[in-house]
Amino acid sequence: MAGLVELVAAIADLALSNKKNAQENAMAEYQNIFTRIQPRGPIQTVPLPLGDDNRLGATHSHLLGIFGDAQLGPFYLGRLGVASLICGFIAFEVIGLNMLASVNWNFVQFIRQLPWLGLEPPPPSLGLTILPPLNEGGWWLIAGFFLTASILLWWARMYRRAVQLGMGTHVAWAFASAIWLYLVLGFIRPILMGSWGEAVPFGIFPHLDWTASFSLRYGNLFYNPFHMLSIAFLYGSTLLFAMHAATVLATGRYGSEREVEQIVHRGTAFERGMLFWRWTMGFNATAESIHRWAWWFAVLTTLTGGIGILLTGTAVDNWYLWGMKHHIVAPYPHIGVPDPGPLSAIGGTGAAQ
Amino acid sequence: MAMYNFEQKYRVRGGTLLGGDLFDFWVGPFYVGLFGVSTIFFATLGTLLIIYGAAIGPTWNIWQIDIAPPDIKYGLALAPLKAGGLWQLITVCAIGAFVSWALRQAEISRKLGMTYHVPIAYSFAVLAYVTLEVIRPVLMGAWGVAFPYGILAHLDWVSNTGYQYLHFHYNPAHMIAISFFFTTTLILAMHGGAILSAANPQKGQPVKFGEHENAFFRDTIGYSIGTLGIHRLGLFCALSAAFWSAVCIVISGPFWTQGWPAWWNWWLQLPIWR
Repeated sequence: MAGLVELVAAIADLALSNKKNAQENAMAEYQNIFTRIQPRGPIQTVPLPLGDDNRLGATHSHLLGIFGDAQLGPFYLGRLGVASLICGFIAFEVIGLNMLASVNWNFVQFIRQLPWLGLEPPPPSLGLTILPPLNEGGWWLIAGFFLTASILLWWARMYRRAVQLGMGTHVAWAFASAIWLYLVLGFIRPILMGSWGEAVPFGIFPHLDWTASFSLRYGNLFYNPFHMLSIAFLYGSTLLFAMHAATVLATGRYGSEREVEQIVHRGTAFERGMLFWRWTMGFNATAESIHRWAWWFAVLTTLTGGIGILLTGTAVDNWYLWGMKHHIVAPYPHIGVPDPGPLSAIGGTGAAQ
Repeated sequence: MAMYNFEQKYRVRGGTLLGGDLFDFWVGPFYVGLFGVSTIFFATLGTLLIIYGAAIGPTWNIWQIDIAPPDIKYGLALAPLKAGGLWQLITVCAIGAFVSWALRQAEISRKLGMTYHVPIAYSFAVLAYVTLEVIRPVLMGAWGVAFPYGILAHLDWVSNTGYQYLHFHYNPAHMIAISFFFTTTLILAMHGGAILSAANPQKGQPVKFGEHENAFFRDTIGYSIGTLGIHRLGLFCALSAAFWSAVCIVISGPFWTQGWPAWWNWWLQLPIWR
């Protein structure tokens, strides 16, 4: 703590010695967008917990320091990190080499067509076969296995680092919510549907194509209430971060960025930030609770998204008809043409009248 | 109670942008101000017009209420009240309320000795709204291309507008906007999680501060952007999401009229491939 106080004092001194300059640049100074003065001390770390491997490398970067912290590293690899990176590398290589093979190992065409290239899951005819022929989804299953292993190992690593550093495991549990959506898309829902062919392909445009055809196949995902919730939380997360980040930057001159200090001992920085929103919209969070709002909004984005995907094709076959049945969608306009499709099957709308 | 115990010393007069001491007071927790009054005026009028629109419409079902813009045939002219005129008035009220709200945020910022990050951030959202409802319709020559006011109705508009360009995911600005939305949500989870995990440590451990937040991200991903930097990054990503959203829709129609998948042909036809 003493070190921190000294560092703050040092920054204040530097700021004072530059006072004339600062006044000339008062606009740039307090907009808090870039750091103008970078005091550089020794590499900062917290002591390694017992039984941990050594950390690797650390350096300073002036460029990073303009926007964020100037210190790069040190990195903790550890056994979980090694295992995760190896699995991730295998998945990356399997996907990349399959794409390269799909253009006859022509590097120029590989770069040229890269956004269009993909690695597709097995065709529906192969169902849930564990080891289909390599070129009929076998590579996709292998890549998926190693990518999943890599992600789960990375999760364990996030959890383990938090525990070792004596911190809560909130980041790991937020990560778990994203993994839930990933597993629903590529593993849980395909199993419930009885076919790996239901899963998402690897590839830039291929996964976008999958998303569009998935929505069309099940009657437009916009009518899926969990899709609605997921989007609301996605936009809400962006809104919350804009509100929170803007509030902290706007009170930066009062030391707002030291948020845990503001949690345990509220100062004028967060008093002002809190009152800003109280006066604006009649309600405000606190230094701690704003981060709980943030965490839940982000976590619920993928949590509700996963539920929405899980229900699609398993419990609900057509979200448009579902929406009509539950009266959230306006009745289909009567156009006087007999409708042989499923609209008449649910009755009471369109041509059925 | 309407007031915090520390609040009294912050409630001072002055700092208004317009109107001096007029309306320079609080009601309950709310600051009023001249722009608070204009916000209430526009928001109330707009809401009443929406309710009127619902009343003359076919349904009170909250999901199905739909107040549509004028038909394309009216171009950029004023439309009869019941044929899109209501939509036009509501849009005017909405913009009046949003701009008032931004100016009110600016006044409150001044009162609290804060810089203008919040109203500037908010104006990016207003910009996206104005792009959808005013700029793009003006560029395309008809209010009819704007989105309607209704919960499911605006979803249908998004869906239909997207399919007019065959596959909107291929719109490069849409790709950038979505990437920023996802990135913002990811780093929000990381930031929220970091602060909560420092303030709520393992049992028997003391509360952690910035050193440990940094150590956690340096250990796990090799870099910690720091307590100040994360808020710069968060604001940048959030505003970029809104900005590129506005870009992705304003180029659809005024700039590009075909399907978005076809836009990528320039890449396939670059001379470097020979």
